[in-house]
Amino acid sequence: MKQELICINCPMGCNMEVEYDEKNIISVKGNTCKNGVKYAEKEVFNPERIVTTTVSISGASVPLLPVKTLGGIPKELCKKVVEAASAIQVCAPVRVGDIIIKNILDTGINLVASRSLDKA
Amino acid sequence: MKQAFANNVYDCIILELKITDTKQKTGRIMNHKYDVIVIGAGVVGAAVARSLSRYKLRVAVVEKEADVSFGTSKANSGIIHAGFHDEPGSLKAKLAVAANREFDRLCEELEFPFERRGELMLAFTEEDVRILQFYFAWGKKNNVPYMELIGRERTLEMEPNINPDVMGALYAPTAGIICPYEYCFALMGNALENGVELFLNEKVIWLGKKENGEFEIDTENGLKLNSTYVVNAAGLYADDIAGYLGITDFKILPRKGEEYLLDRRVGNLVRSVIFPVPTKTSKGMLVIPTVDGPVMVGPTALDIEAKDDYATTRDGLKNVFMHAQKMVPSIRSSDIITSFVGIRPVATGNDFIVGATKVKGFINAAGIQSPGLTASPAIAEMVSSVLLKEGLRMEVKPEFNPHKRMSFTRVRHLLEERNFGKFREIIAGNKNYSKLVCRCENVTEAEIIGAIHRGHTTLDGIKFATRAGTGRCQGGFCTSRVMEIIHRETGMPIEQISKKGKGSEIFPIPLRKGVSRG
Amino acid sequence: MDKTVEALVIGSGPAGMAAALALKENGINEILIVEREDAPGGILLQCIHNGFGLHRFNEELTGPEYAERYINLVKDKKIEILSGTCALDIVDDGDSKKAILLSEEKGLLEVSAKVVILAMGCRERNRGNIAIPGTRPAGIMTAGLAQKMVNKSGYIPGREIVILGSGDIGLIMARRLTLEGARVKAVVEIQSYPGGLNRNIVQCLNDFHIPLYLSHTITKISGDRRISSVEIAPLGESREPQNEKSFTLACDTLLLSVGLIPENELSLKAGVILDKVTGGPVVDSNLMTSVPGIFACGNVLQVHDLVDWVSEESAYCGKAAASYVRNGLLKGREIPVKPGNMVRYTLPAKVIAGTEAVISLRPMAPAQNMSIIAKAGEKILYKKKEKKIFPSIMLRFPVKDMPEDAGCIEVFFSAEDKK
Repeated sequence: MKQELICINCPMGCNMEVEYDEKNIISVKGNTCKNGVKYAEKEVFNPERIVTTTVSISGASVPLLPVKTLGGIPKELCKKVVEAASAIQVCAPVRVGDIIIKNILDTGINLVASRSLDKA
Repeated sequence: MKQAFANNVYDCIILELKITDTKQKTGRIMNHKYDVIVIGAGVVGAAVARSLSRYKLRVAVVEKEADVSFGTSKANSGIIHAGFHDEPGSLKAKLAVAANREFDRLCEELEFPFERRGELMLAFTEEDVRILQFYFAWGKKNNVPYMELIGRERTLEMEPNINPDVMGALYAPTAGIICPYEYCFALMGNALENGVELFLNEKVIWLGKKENGEFEIDTENGLKLNSTYVVNAAGLYADDIAGYLGITDFKILPRKGEEYLLDRRVGNLVRSVIFPVPTKTSKGMLVIPTVDGPVMVGPTALDIEAKDDYATTRDGLKNVFMHAQKMVPSIRSSDIITSFVGIRPVATGNDFIVGATKVKGFINAAGIQSPGLTASPAIAEMVSSVLLKEGLRMEVKPEFNPHKRMSFTRVRHLLEERNFGKFREIIAGNKNYSKLVCRCENVTEAEIIGAIHRGHTTLDGIKFATRAGTGRCQGGFCTSRVMEIIHRETGMPIEQISKKGKGSEIFPIPLRKGVSRG
Repeated sequence: MDKTVEALVIGSGPAGMAAALALKENGINEILIVEREDAPGGILLQCIHNGFGLHRFNEELTGPEYAERYINLVKDKKIEILSGTCALDIVDDGDSKKAILLSEEKGLLEVSAKVVILAMGCRERNRGNIAIPGTRPAGIMTAGLAQKMVNKSGYIPGREIVILGSGDIGLIMARRLTLEGARVKAVVEIQSYPGGLNRNIVQCLNDFHIPLYLSHTITKISGDRRISSVEIAPLGESREPQNEKSFTLACDTLLLSVGLIPENELSLKAGVILDKVTGGPVVDSNLMTSVPGIFACGNVLQVHDLVDWVSEESAYCGKAAASYVRNGLLKGREIPVKPGNMVRYTLPAKVIAGTEAVISLRPMAPAQNMSIIAKAGEKILYKKKEKKIFPSIMLRFPVKDMPEDAGCIEVFFSAEDKK
């Protein structure tokens, strides 16, 4: 099987042609670096995305804390992650990297703070 | 504007002025009885309200929009005409010429921006020159003072940026430029300071005459008001209002005009208002200096079907720039920073309709198209004298104060003059002057708060009152900050803050629990 | 004078902070950064998505994380940041510059500085600038304003969204609003190629099946109080909209992502000459503007697509400004840099002979298999093959050892031989 992909690892956005069978990548063409091959493997069999969103925070000078998944989560779960994040509220202070939701949606990935916010 | 908060429950405005307490949520039956109710808070309604505030009368103004001037009045060329454009003997000519003289005094009393810059009607052909002579004669008949027919050289000397092909011009030095909405705000503000009541967001849906001869007004939101007299200053909808009383002898025909505002950096291309020779339906497309600096071009004149067709068009833009470039060749459409549409309320018969009607106590001030802004003070005086004739007891109120009381410093002017000493002084008096909110037009938090406390609670209202958001970024930076200030000062939830009233909320959907503040 | 410093930096976004750090590293101790918002970080704080720092930190960070790393560095170096402060004016004052600042806390301040670094960033083009016919209802705003309100305040403008322009902020907001439950019905781009990065087309549009209409434009906006629909038309060969082929999309929000403009109102007041193409100051290879002692870096100089290059450029600028404070004006013959074939612009405008310089440029249009070449007279200063070039991707390369007598440096693309 063949598939055309655009690598999203970096701003170059290489157009790649991927050939694969049921289990394995057979060839990747068009990539500029080895990250392209890694991306192709993931994207063909198990596409993942990093999700960034916000959670409500109390006690800080701002109402929202930006958060991100510390690693890719299955593409189809992106919206669910945002929903899960919108349901909770945290309290200041928070440091960047603090775990906000552990093992979000049983993905094995943590949702972490991407900004430090002191108590106002 | 101080407003009577008939339509909302925000306990927000710190009121030095008397406002009507209308916070009863149920029924909203108001047993308020007024001597005069003015329908419409455009320039005519505002001028009438101020004029009536001189007398011992209970006066209310009812307006369907969220702020004063939000209909036709805010969207026009901002010119105080000399008065040679209108046919001798017409009400338009009579009132415009009479009112033009009033503006120096009005400006002194109410502190709105107004400058006598003069009008130039340009001729580019022999035929045009004959037309200039024709209008010169009209002007003479209308008693327009100091007009001159001038030659090419003097025209170019006065306006070096106009097309050197010009053959001559009709010059009328008494014409002026004005900020139309600031003028309306000033009129209504002074009216309110002198006891008039204002109901915003109240669209009149019924007007009837009771057996006892009183008028009864119902609004869409369930407000009921009574009065002995009604002044119909409802602009585009004046025929609908008159229709409730069976007065059907005129129709209002909407005539659309598109205007385009150019970037400040284009500079002062013209000093006076530059006209071509007129067309059948309008004074033609003009190049207009504004009191705020940027040059404006327009308006088009197109008779339309719908009274709410506020859409600019590709053709309109092309048309405006083609005509403007003929007069001032360096004008470019790439310098547009914003555009808008105003709709002229043209009455059948084409002249103003000001006077009593077959229904006793119901006075029309309808069909007020150009030169309505100019004529507004004279229209108001005429309405007053009609009311007197109709039997209204008009006793002068000794405490009437014609001067604007609430005023604030415009930081923009201080910065333009690099007057930092004065700036330090006003900051010492009010720290909010040190918080710059709109950086394109240099508007501070103190000015925004001032506008909110005078009743402007929509983004457009604050924009017109302070210029915040009118600059080159068009609110990209300051919108969120202005919304925060409205929220803080009025308690209005962020999601209810609107551009121009209900239905035009900017960010209507809160996303997170605990985010909604209100 | 309320305060005297060696260097005044206007803006504490990535550019201002990197420039200030470089000033400090190069021996300048009296530094003041002024920031208009309540906290440092600039526009990065509202860019909560990832994709920042791949070059600078070798890892993928979100905007707030990238900003926080710099904020911590600035704090560690004890560089003063005056928040809630706008710079109103900059005037000459003998050998120094005098800046008039308006501080929310301290009122009007006069600050004297030997050198001023402009790092005010950029602003978005708005609807007026592009004059779409139609009404003027609520629900039309720049993508950046929506981004700020969604990510920092927690409000979305509507549920049915159309985006005009395929700049990166617009693409990022397409994804963000979709994830927050809105429906993005179309992204409309007037050019025949996307304005933003390819990766954002994939992960922000394709992932969510959001249609991208290239070579289309919005020809009409309808709606009374709130926008109710837009009319979209394809462009013909003459780039004029073909109204007979137009279609209407109902929507309650129109976001504009139609480009960014360096924010140079203050620069103009200071007498700085601007470049017509970039909209930023005309600078020499030290990133000094036409006014000696005033430097510029980051998006106020030229709109970047990656913050990493903003940091790099600004560090370079800070270093050059430090040298100016210590050694004064760099003397030497100025060699102009000129954009050639397929190059929309080059920056700087001139290089001082005998020095090194970094040249940035953007291509005129997308192309494949090109070489970028910088030539001084007959001497090739730089040459590199580029498999693909896009206007959305800025290229940067160093040049040195230019011939003393070079008349100018020409930068151009040349088609590769197909051997």
